[in-house]
Amino acid sequence: MSEASLAAVFAAVIRRDLTLAVRRRSDVFTTFFFFVLVVSLFPLGVGPAPDTLRTIAPGVLWVAALLASMLALTRLFAGDYADGTLEQLALSPQPLVLLVAAKVVAHWLVTGVPLVLVAPLLSLQFGLPSDALSVVLLSLLLGTPCLSLIGAIGAALTLGVRGAGGLLALLVLPLYVPVLIFGAASITACASGMAAGAHLSLLGASLLLALALGPWGAAAAIRIALE
Amino acid sequence: MLEAVDLECVRGSRRLFSGLSFRVARGSMLWVLGPNGSGKTSLLRVLCGLVLPAAGSVRWCDEDVRVARDNFHVDLLYLGHAAAIKDDLSGRENLHFGLAQSGVVASASEVEAALREFGLSGRDDLLARALSQGQRRRVALARLALAAGKRLWILDEPFTGLDADAVQLVQSHLVRQLERGGAAVLTSHQEVDFGALPVQRLPLAA
Amino acid sequence: MVGKLWKYASPQAFYPLAGALAPWFFAAAAVLGAIGLYIGLWLAPTDFQQGDAYRIIFLHVPAAWMSMFLYVVMAFWCGVGLSMNTRLSFMMAQALAPTGAMFTFLALWTGSLWGKPTWGTWWVWDARLTSELILLFLYVGFLSLHAAIDDVRRADRAAALLALIGVINVPIIYFSVKWWNTLHQGASVSLARAPSMAATMLLGMLIMALAAWMYAIAVSFVRVRAIILEREAEADWMRDTEAA
Repeated sequence: MSEASLAAVFAAVIRRDLTLAVRRRSDVFTTFFFFVLVVSLFPLGVGPAPDTLRTIAPGVLWVAALLASMLALTRLFAGDYADGTLEQLALSPQPLVLLVAAKVVAHWLVTGVPLVLVAPLLSLQFGLPSDALSVVLLSLLLGTPCLSLIGAIGAALTLGVRGAGGLLALLVLPLYVPVLIFGAASITACASGMAAGAHLSLLGASLLLALALGPWGAAAAIRIALE
Repeated sequence: MLEAVDLECVRGSRRLFSGLSFRVARGSMLWVLGPNGSGKTSLLRVLCGLVLPAAGSVRWCDEDVRVARDNFHVDLLYLGHAAAIKDDLSGRENLHFGLAQSGVVASASEVEAALREFGLSGRDDLLARALSQGQRRRVALARLALAAGKRLWILDEPFTGLDADAVQLVQSHLVRQLERGGAAVLTSHQEVDFGALPVQRLPLAA
Repeated sequence: MVGKLWKYASPQAFYPLAGALAPWFFAAAAVLGAIGLYIGLWLAPTDFQQGDAYRIIFLHVPAAWMSMFLYVVMAFWCGVGLSMNTRLSFMMAQALAPTGAMFTFLALWTGSLWGKPTWGTWWVWDARLTSELILLFLYVGFLSLHAAIDDVRRADRAAALLALIGVINVPIIYFSVKWWNTLHQGASVSLARAPSMAATMLLGMLIMALAAWMYAIAVSFVRVRAIILEREAEADWMRDTEAA
């Protein structure tokens, strides 16, 4: 037997969560299909006029990504909290902040990446010009990790609480507003021929802030929940 | 080595205990007794540093456990009420991960030996959801076989749901832990005979 | 001096102090409110463009200021509670939240009332109103989280953490909403474009803000006393107070 290094434990956490996700495939698909479904509902509600759809596309894609991401968040820590493995994670010699970050990475790989990959296809349905597709991809690639990181705080705060799903939405959606604004604006800018650089930089800055704040806040909330 | 100073614990609006002080020296064991609801589990969780006591402090090797948290966790093995195993992982995978996160990397053969010792050979590749309650507890307890490096064991009702052989097995591991200079704190409803080992009994009133 | 103040950090000592001070703050709020309203409704001149409808800013702007100020104060007490583990700090934060939420709602409502005669709609998506709406959600989230957790201690600490995360995010949210507002030029009406501030108007708003502050302190003191009673019901000093 030997001491486990931080990198080894970090990788072990990600590997474990990915294994669990693979064995419970239904969870992964639910989030993905929810996203596709929500995006598809808007034309039904708003009408198929191409100009309208082109205008609302960035907002629709982003709001749907927000909602899908929130749906998946309830499962981030709840399972571990219920069967006692979260407690063991908190008793690890490795800093809980980093172990939480590992869990969020695994969560994003499973729930965020599929959205990033399918969104450009969906934006074709909304008639967005093809040069906007790369911005759709990039904005969601930068934005969905933010959603997972910030959302992790909400997921940790509502552990074991009645009505956790709805409460999580209430807590986390206001914090998502900046990411939503910058993300949707970047796509709109590109679609109307302007540079998306400024918006994408703001998204990047949000990601850095989320990386700093998210795991720390979630770890603190987990310790509060375990008391 | 483990020292509790003037501990007070309040759960909801009930004061479970106050002014509790004790020491657990190397090679000795503390046995917490008391009826249901007397605060045994809460005391153990306070000792682990999971719960902040209303007053007092817990010290490990002269350092406050909540201040020198990471160092304390290097030495600590805690097995609580919950088995802390994931249904969708096999016994082997559960044990492997449990060790990794507590800072220990064990080889595949060591893990297998531990599972065999606890009567799980042939079942170590089954997903935990397919195991019986008793078998799941054994997977959780198999960590004891690989926890020689953990100087403090805190076990909450380790004998629950075990047959006589398994009880004997856990007992022998505890004896070995004390013999190599480690310490243990446990709660148990069952009377277990520890022979000549230094066991301190701590009764908590309801 | 600091040592003397420190004794009021216990709920037991603060309870009578709050009880004694609250009426004075209510009185101050009433007096300042009367002066502020006098300035706002009588002294300040009628605006050339907006007529008399603009006078609602004497409620709207102080309410908006107080809603943000109280959130910061609430977050401050949450921070104190988390770092020093003092019961009274958490109780104070819980006492402030409903008043903060009320001022936020008042700001939204008066903003809406201002919008109708001025721009013909009951709601405008300008930066301040939209930020106020999000602030309302932050307050409601804080109160809801606390209400949803049964264990009071855990509820206090979880809500406190949420408040701290919120307070860091409020400037970011405000910035992003302003950004959003300037991007979408079509909707760029701003309630901040009030008639150019005559000195009397500014004075009126400041006095009303002060009145709102006094009111907030008074109400929070009353509320914190209720919270203290509720939580310390078992404590020995309570029984002594009742017996006395």
